Amino acid sequence: MTDETERPARRNPLQDVAALAQGLRTTLAEVMRPVVTTQYPEEKSPRAERYRGRHYLRRYDNGLERCIGCELCAAACPVGCILVIAAENTEDHRVSPGERYAKVYEINMLRCIFCGYCEEACPVQAIVLGPEYELSDVSRERFIYTKDMLLEPNPAQQEPIVVR
Amino acid sequence: MNHLYLSYPNPGGIFSNPVGYWVIVALAIVFTLFVLLTATAYTVWYERVLLGRFQRRPGPNRVGPLGLLQLAADGIKLATKESFAPAGVDPILYLVGPAVMVAAAFLAWAVIPVGIWWGFSYWISNINVGILFVFAVSSMNAYAILLGGWSSNNKYSLLGGMRAAAQLISYEVALGLSLVPIFIITGSLRLQDIANFSVHWGPYHGPIPLVIVAPLSFVIYMVAATAETNRTPFDLPEAEQELIGGYHTEYSGLKFTLYYLGEYLNMVTVSTLATLIFFAGWHPNAPWFPAFIPFVAKIVGFLFLYIWLRNTLPRLRYDMLMRLGWKVLLPLGMANVVVTAAVVVALTG
Repeated sequence: MTDETERPARRNPLQDVAALAQGLRTTLAEVMRPVVTTQYPEEKSPRAERYRGRHYLRRYDNGLERCIGCELCAAACPVGCILVIAAENTEDHRVSPGERYAKVYEINMLRCIFCGYCEEACPVQAIVLGPEYELSDVSRERFIYTKDMLLEPNPAQQEPIVVR
Repeated sequence: MNHLYLSYPNPGGIFSNPVGYWVIVALAIVFTLFVLLTATAYTVWYERVLLGRFQRRPGPNRVGPLGLLQLAADGIKLATKESFAPAGVDPILYLVGPAVMVAAAFLAWAVIPVGIWWGFSYWISNINVGILFVFAVSSMNAYAILLGGWSSNNKYSLLGGMRAAAQLISYEVALGLSLVPIFIITGSLRLQDIANFSVHWGPYHGPIPLVIVAPLSFVIYMVAATAETNRTPFDLPEAEQELIGGYHTEYSGLKFTLYYLGEYLNMVTVSTLATLIFFAGWHPNAPWFPAFIPFVAKIVGFLFLYIWLRNTLPRLRYDMLMRLGWKVLLPLGMANVVVTAAVVVALTG
């Protein structure tokens, strides 16, 4: 058999039995301890404060959109999943406080890698990544998030979404 | 008809009625099959829940209350699965393997007595070499596993089958030897006699768990039975990491289910045997404490022990397994037989 190889000194069989008993005691102690599983669809584990999930486009407290249509987010995006088409603000149609606003703002969530570079590039903190992570859907088309889906509700009409 | 054994209670002539006897036997067989299938399914559930608890998980808890219907879901899934056989299998032996496995596992229950009520236990067949019969049919497992491994046309399966054959042969010897002292003490091979074995020790008259007179036998039995049922730490034939499931690698659907069923049924069988032989079976029982309660409780206790061992011990290496079987358990078993025989002769003259 394996006699030609060097073996450690043979242990006392009683030591082996003691080791066995200790192992059994250790595992039995685990049964008594509480279950740590999070029952996922019903319970959810807390997200970290800076968790990068689904994007939001924020507004100012007066209801104006923060986004000024500068396209820096689209430039910073390493996978090119952001499309911004800007339009000029006019006196009777003012959407954002700046000169321009985003007429079209789309994110292709299938491409997004949730790196957060758009958030860093934004000069007015218009785009932020929120805590929401359950983003599965049934068709490719539905992963193109449009401006309506991304824009947070007008605080004049509704409570703002609090980004934890 | 020497199935009569009138030192046992015979309520309503259940064991002696010549016409109704076979009707009762047929009913009992159907009932036993049903109970065993259910018990096996819930053994799987019990194992999965306990494995979960040992690992601080809840285990299956989605299908039905407490996950109790999980096995029904699994059964439906396995039964409706495509029964796929790879190219180059031996068409007959590939089917015979799982059939032998499950048939052998159920056959053992023909002679196993089951405690039911106060002072009453039932057995389908009352043969006077019951324990030998159980061992004879349970060693058929080796054939089932070897046939499955050999006929699958897969090297992993073949390795698993060969390991199983070598392991079962090695541990069968120790298993048989571990029970010889019991036969010497009780003077019977009938499982009912062994379970009912009584002593007159001073003020105490009545049945005793034989583990207190033959503790070494019990230890050897437990180790050998674990190896015999291919449970961890002796699960080399199906070592998932090395052999990808071993002998049942190429089995799917219902054929796999049969192997799985046979395996868990064997686990229940060896637990029941340990209960009957070493822990006085259905004793103690009383009019207000029916015999099936201690009987089932002890079996569940043994199942717990198996699952506990599975959670604790890593798998043995093959040479360790062989060394433990032939160089430790076999000499210990022999010594146990000799010493017990000497003590019994010295005490009874």
